[in-house]
Amino acid sequence: MSPSRSEFFQGVRASLPIVAAAAPFGMLFGALAVDNGLSVGEAVLMSGLVFAGASQMVGLELFSAHIAPWIIVLSVFAVNFRHVLYSAALGRRLGLMPGWQKGVAFFFLTDPQYAASEARADRKIPLRLTWYMGMALPIYVLWVLEAWVGALFGSLITDPAAFGIDFLLPIYFLGLVLGFRSRPGWLPVVIASGLGSIAAFYTVGSPWHVSLGALAGVIVAMLLPPEPQADDVAPVEVTP
Amino acid sequence: MNGVFWGVPVNVWTIIAAAIVTYGTRVGGHLVLSRFKRIPPRIDAALNAVPAAVLTTLVAPSAVSNGSAEALTLAICLIIGLRIPMMAMFAIGWAVIVALRTVGL
Repeated sequence: MSPSRSEFFQGVRASLPIVAAAAPFGMLFGALAVDNGLSVGEAVLMSGLVFAGASQMVGLELFSAHIAPWIIVLSVFAVNFRHVLYSAALGRRLGLMPGWQKGVAFFFLTDPQYAASEARADRKIPLRLTWYMGMALPIYVLWVLEAWVGALFGSLITDPAAFGIDFLLPIYFLGLVLGFRSRPGWLPVVIASGLGSIAAFYTVGSPWHVSLGALAGVIVAMLLPPEPQADDVAPVEVTP
Repeated sequence: MNGVFWGVPVNVWTIIAAAIVTYGTRVGGHLVLSRFKRIPPRIDAALNAVPAAVLTTLVAPSAVSNGSAEALTLAICLIIGLRIPMMAMFAIGWAVIVALRTVGL
């Protein structure tokens, strides 16, 4: 095998556990998208263009609530904001790639892709687009296919509440929140956001509980005494 | 939203805008933050807190604004989620909400 071919297949091998772990969530996204009022095509379009699991789920939660589109976009942006940190950190490792390759690579910068790229760079292996896309393409292609399969199945379910499907998003989000628990100041931030969002939910009303509650948590994070910390950005999710 | 704007459903416009801001976060860190030598610690702390802060707001109201089956499910998930992996917690939580609703909580 030529060196670039074997690099590509090293990437494919790195993608396999991620593909397996993300599959249920990819299909769940499709099913919930239909449950929340998107068409099958819109569900596939969202997985193919956004390609960021947690934020896609957040988008769904808000689509169903008939919220102004700009608030949906803002919420997706907020959930994906961690990618700014990955991008800044990983950019230093992509020195070998010309600009257009970096532009392509960043589109596929999911949590597991970031983690694997950092790990590869730590082993002093130069990061090239062949390895990177060997990992990214299987994750991407299956993620989009899963949305389609999930959406087809989802449109067959006529009574989502009987199967608990309407309550899966809060459980999923709770899991994501717990996944961040090693971050400094996590508990005070979560308590502030939780109480803030509940207070806003009952006073100002939905959808403002999202931005106001999040603001409460972020303000608490800024007020906490800064901790000396390593500059690693630790990814937590298994899905894109 | 079921409106149509310039012949395209508003949902599709929303998805396209969400895709643009998402790509912006993925390319923007490299383009913008890498120009700074160091991020001020409080800004760094604020950025680090954003995902947990946003996601918490999507959980907390659904714990208190639904019935007791939903509140109990999230409480159980919170406790087991500290000890077991995300996917196992998710599967158990799914089973718990279906079971509790079936028994009529």
